[in-house]
Amino acid sequence: MKGYLAILRGRLLALLQYRSAVMAGLVTQIFWGIIKIMILTAFYAQSTSSEPITLSQAITFIWIGQALLQLLPWNVDKELEMQVKNGNIAYELLRPLNLYGLIFSRALAMRLLPTLLRSIPVIILAGLFLELSAPVSWAAGMAFGASLVNATLLSTAMTTMVIISLFWTISGEGIQRLIPHVTMLLSGMVVPLPLFPEWMQPFLNLQPFRGILDIPSRIYTGVIPIAEIHYYLGFQLIWFLFFVASGKYLIEKAMKRFVIQGG
Amino acid sequence: MLTSAYFISTFTDIFGIWVLFDRFKIIQGWTLEELALIYGIMHMGFAIAEGAARGFDSFSLMIKHGDFDRVLLRPLGSLFQIASREIQLMRLGRFIQGLVILLWGSQKLQLPLFSMETVIITLAFIGTTSLFYGLFVVQATLSFWTTETLEIMNITTYGGLEAGQYPMSIFNKIFKGFFTFIIPLACVAYYPLAILLQHKALPLWLGILFPLSGIVFLYLACQLWKIGVRRYHSTGS
Repeated sequence: MKGYLAILRGRLLALLQYRSAVMAGLVTQIFWGIIKIMILTAFYAQSTSSEPITLSQAITFIWIGQALLQLLPWNVDKELEMQVKNGNIAYELLRPLNLYGLIFSRALAMRLLPTLLRSIPVIILAGLFLELSAPVSWAAGMAFGASLVNATLLSTAMTTMVIISLFWTISGEGIQRLIPHVTMLLSGMVVPLPLFPEWMQPFLNLQPFRGILDIPSRIYTGVIPIAEIHYYLGFQLIWFLFFVASGKYLIEKAMKRFVIQGG
Repeated sequence: MLTSAYFISTFTDIFGIWVLFDRFKIIQGWTLEELALIYGIMHMGFAIAEGAARGFDSFSLMIKHGDFDRVLLRPLGSLFQIASREIQLMRLGRFIQGLVILLWGSQKLQLPLFSMETVIITLAFIGTTSLFYGLFVVQATLSFWTTETLEIMNITTYGGLEAGQYPMSIFNKIFKGFFTFIIPLACVAYYPLAILLQHKALPLWLGILFPLSGIVFLYLACQLWKIGVRRYHSTGS
């Protein structure tokens, strides 16, 4: 356990070095959020029928999305990627930590720490000045918190899968080029999922990316009523377990290949 | 795997826009076909400008390491050739996507091929390219004064693209003012097309004049660059 905590701490210290980048990133995201809100407002202005979510809810979705941007499994640790590619990852096997756990902790640090750094200022600014509304109720707020924990676990497990997939591809480029776009679209970052066409909803409701952003946003705004949250929290956990199990399985297989190739 | 990844990634961007139009049909009087014209011009212009300005990415790094005096491009050149290959593919993808969308929109709107419309669209494309190139020049020039990577400038380039692909009329007054008079993003594509599509009742020749603001902006940006170069030399190097 201590080993994992040490890894987390090291990552946080590394991240805090890049303070000006953090500021610039914050300004960029606020700007992006403002643009998206103006776009949505303009679209809603000529909406004649009622939409699956109100404009105010859509705006809240946008801000939660901006706050949680770093939580999406869209990039991997360059250092880790290099280690996998050139096989140095084998040295990690010498440490008294299991490889899946090691990668998972690195991924957790990658997801959690930037998100904490970025989300708090975004939420404060958006809440005070930019039309982010409060959670629909205290219960919704707490459920939102729980869903965020699940979302973090889920996203970390997915990030870990991406890293593990690097064992199997010659260059990670194909997947890595694709992942940001797929992630942003299916999590509801580009456009809130409730606004997608009706015929896509069944598919969108089942895919795992929604567990990272869409489900927490819906809980926050009350689109998912309190009575139903256990289904959705369960949804997040099921996908989390799936990715952990698959990841562990793939690592076992990769390690066997490693050994056979005379490592 | 890589090529299909590029192909898919260019489409996920516009997919989001399509989703919104599928639901809401129009935005401030602009249909998807009409927006396609602005979108296409913006992305084509941006792709060319970004491709041409690639030298500036390495430039701010050169300043940081004090290599500007030597302008020894070879060691840096090979390094960036590797990185640039992937980036160039990305830009080509963006350009092609913009072109496809532009052609789709023009065909849907049944714009005649050899006409005032084509002239205005072409000029808008040239103006947009100039504008974005000018922004990249400004971004590089600022590295004379600060050694930071100036990610804030990305708000004007990438943010400008993100905002500019929509009709400017949807934004609030401050935005519109900034993107009309300070960075003429609205002038290079939105106004000419608004005139062309008769969203604005202004004479057609204004549609030809507006995109020139992009060229003016580029000229001013280059003047700023010259000032930067002079100052750099005078700080004793």
